[in-house]
Amino acid sequence: MAANAIEIPTSASGELLTADGRPLKESLQRSLRRRKLTALALVAPAVVFLFVLFGMPVLYLMTWSVDDTLINEVLPRTFDIYEQWDGEALPPEPHYEAMFKDIADATGIQIGRGSTRMNYAKSKWKSLMKKTKRKIKALLNENPDFAGPYKETLLEIDKRWGDIAFWHSLDIMKNPYTAGYYLNAFDLKYGFDNEIIQQPENRRIYKTLWIRTLLISFIVTAACLALGYPVAHLLATLPLRYSNLLMICVLMPFWTSLLVRIVAWMIMLQQEGVVNDTLVALHVVDDENRLPMMYNFTGTVIVMVQILLPFMILPVYSVMKGISPAYMKAAQNLGAPPAIAFLRVYVPQTLPGVGAGVILVFIVAIGYFITPELVGGKDGQMIGNYIARHLRSTLNWGLASAMGVILLAAILILYWVYDRVVGIDNMKMG
Amino acid sequence: MSNPGAATPPTGSPAAANAEAAYVRFDNVQKSYDGVTLVVKSLDLDIAKGEFLTMLGPSGSGKTTCLMMLAGFEPATHGEIFLDARPINKVPPHKRGIGMVFQNYALFPHMTVEENLAFPLEVRRMSRDEARQRVAKALEMVELPGFGGRRPAQLSGGQQQRVAVARALVFEPALVLMDEPLGALDKQLREQMQYEIKHIHENLGVTVVYVTHDQSEALTMSDRIAVFDDGIIQQLSTPDELYERPRNSFVAHFIGENNTLHGAVTEARNGECRVAVDGGGEVSALAVNVEGVNTRTTLSLRPERAEINPASTDGLNTLEGRVEELIYLGDHIRTRLTVAGHDDFIVKVPNTHAHRRLKVGEAATIAWLTEDCRALDPISK
Ligand SMILES: Nc1ncnc2c1ncn2[C@@H]1O[C@H](COP(=O)(O)OP(=O)(O)O)[C@@H](O)[C@H]1O
Ligand SMILES: [Mg+2]
Repeated sequence: MAANAIEIPTSASGELLTADGRPLKESLQRSLRRRKLTALALVAPAVVFLFVLFGMPVLYLMTWSVDDTLINEVLPRTFDIYEQWDGEALPPEPHYEAMFKDIADATGIQIGRGSTRMNYAKSKWKSLMKKTKRKIKALLNENPDFAGPYKETLLEIDKRWGDIAFWHSLDIMKNPYTAGYYLNAFDLKYGFDNEIIQQPENRRIYKTLWIRTLLISFIVTAACLALGYPVAHLLATLPLRYSNLLMICVLMPFWTSLLVRIVAWMIMLQQEGVVNDTLVALHVVDDENRLPMMYNFTGTVIVMVQILLPFMILPVYSVMKGISPAYMKAAQNLGAPPAIAFLRVYVPQTLPGVGAGVILVFIVAIGYFITPELVGGKDGQMIGNYIARHLRSTLNWGLASAMGVILLAAILILYWVYDRVVGIDNMKMG
Repeated sequence: MSNPGAATPPTGSPAAANAEAAYVRFDNVQKSYDGVTLVVKSLDLDIAKGEFLTMLGPSGSGKTTCLMMLAGFEPATHGEIFLDARPINKVPPHKRGIGMVFQNYALFPHMTVEENLAFPLEVRRMSRDEARQRVAKALEMVELPGFGGRRPAQLSGGQQQRVAVARALVFEPALVLMDEPLGALDKQLREQMQYEIKHIHENLGVTVVYVTHDQSEALTMSDRIAVFDDGIIQQLSTPDELYERPRNSFVAHFIGENNTLHGAVTEARNGECRVAVDGGGEVSALAVNVEGVNTRTTLSLRPERAEINPASTDGLNTLEGRVEELIYLGDHIRTRLTVAGHDDFIVKVPNTHAHRRLKVGEAATIAWLTEDCRALDPISK
């Protein structure tokens, strides 16, 4: 006797059909489409938000860091015929005419910005451009129909127009894209023949700054790990009563303003501060030899460790919390002394949290600028301080952007290394 | 397939032989976590070498605590524990050389199966070659050869369980503790593993202290069972003894199915007593745990030892009842009756052709032999 069966209709080509005669595949897709659309609609705001607030700024940053179009807009005529100059001797009359007319047509603001950019390529451009603009304006006021001789006039306005080096420096500005900001960020620049050369000795500051930034970030990360790991372990293993109290202590910094905490450290660590007073009172150091712990490298490191410690403790804690105490018991039961059990069974299981904490602290540290700004003094400054300075005071956005992109690249490289060594899937943020 | 645990009681009761040669001995051990309540109250227990002893009891009765004290993770508040005649209270866990299977296996998740098994050998500084051989042998023993390269997370619950057993045995401890090792497995797998663990025990001759709250598991596997309740061993016996001769109401109730009747003792002599059952009738029972005449008692009667409407009631105790429910179970019919005011009196009626089918609502006479009914300590209804 045959088992019960339902007749399932099939199409001519043998495909299965649903009850209403459509191919099964089509019906399936139709039924799934709605769900896909709903899912898409749900994530859309987050994706848009992420793109507008994170993706676009990064794109702009990358554009700005190589953008060199501004100067092409200020000096269009000059760059149009620049190629025709052989570069051997001073350029002929048409070049001076083009320069004269470009300067005459440019607005004051354009000259200001343009000359700032020109100054990165060769110093003194700024004063030359400003002076020339002023003089040309006066000249045209007096004589609106002025039509030459241009070379003579410019040389008369400022004899630097007769310095061929200024004309040579225009060569690298001609290209609408430039790697100049990146070179600058590493104390390099273009020479006369577009070759890459070192900045003059007294202007080399960024390389030391990068090295110091990395050094501070490494020290801070290592110190946070060394201090945070035992705290996280305590948090995860103490009875609830005590661990709650400890957790409050860990989170306390988040409840106070960053500035208040930094000021507190200033009070503690300055020359006449609590720590030094105590050391002097205990005769550990002389009154004359009070330890410099503020407004320098040490101050930056100490304060940053304190501020970033929770970023290490929390992810490590969250991983430790999930590790059953049975593992340590099992390891000891199998014959491992407590220390071996800890190193071979407990620590490896906390690595995902350690990885997350290390990356988190390092990333925040490498771009830090408030703390070094306030307590860093001279040798505690980090790259972030210079990015802020170029954004706010020197208005060299190109350089600031280039430094930002380099920071971003450094972090991505770090991720890549981490992925290679530990595996990114292993990271647990909490 | 034979059932080595329950079917044949072990030859020569270990309890008799171990008085001087106990391998594990709890000597008046007490344990308190908070200084207010005793979780283990005066534990005296001797375990013979090679014995399979099960601690059976409801959750919270202190079984795990006893195991943890033996393994060294909890200090005894009072008393001494001996291992092979050596006091071990001050020996740290890693020097006790006791194998243990944890409730959730506690396999190290960051190590492969092989690395897990090799761990106890490595910390004992065994040579690599020998360790590898031992690991391979252990994997074979639990029928998992070829699984050495996997991580615990890539194994099923049953396979993890086997690995945990293998890891507890790979360094050849003389004593293995198991804390509800089968609790996380489904019924079929659990039964299979019961036999496998039992066979391993027989083949290796290790001493096993096994903790469970599942009485059928305890009956199947153990040489002896210690029934725990409220931090006290209620009874320590072989499985058959425990089932057939429970010494108090808790054990009678906890092990197997049990009918209870309440009443007062009217007469006691020669180890037997007469009991006036609440709700009418007087019956005879073995006086196992009664204080004397005119005290309350609880009668215990196994459902398979009672008979309904016997051909002759000569020499039998009888009570009248009413059939409430009949459940057909193939080999027998589970009959629920109201007897002496209780509507949960169960009788297992064998499904033989001699038996006439009962009907719900019918009156029936229930009868049993005096030696099958035990008068125990009174419990409130
Ligand atoms: N670490 C501990 N701290 C405090 N009380 C505990 C601890 N472990 C167990 N207990 C208590 O001891 C009693 C016995 O627990 P346990 O030995 O785990 O019982 P079992 O294993 O029989 O279920 C329970 O009441 C439990 O709440
Ligand atoms: Mg338990």
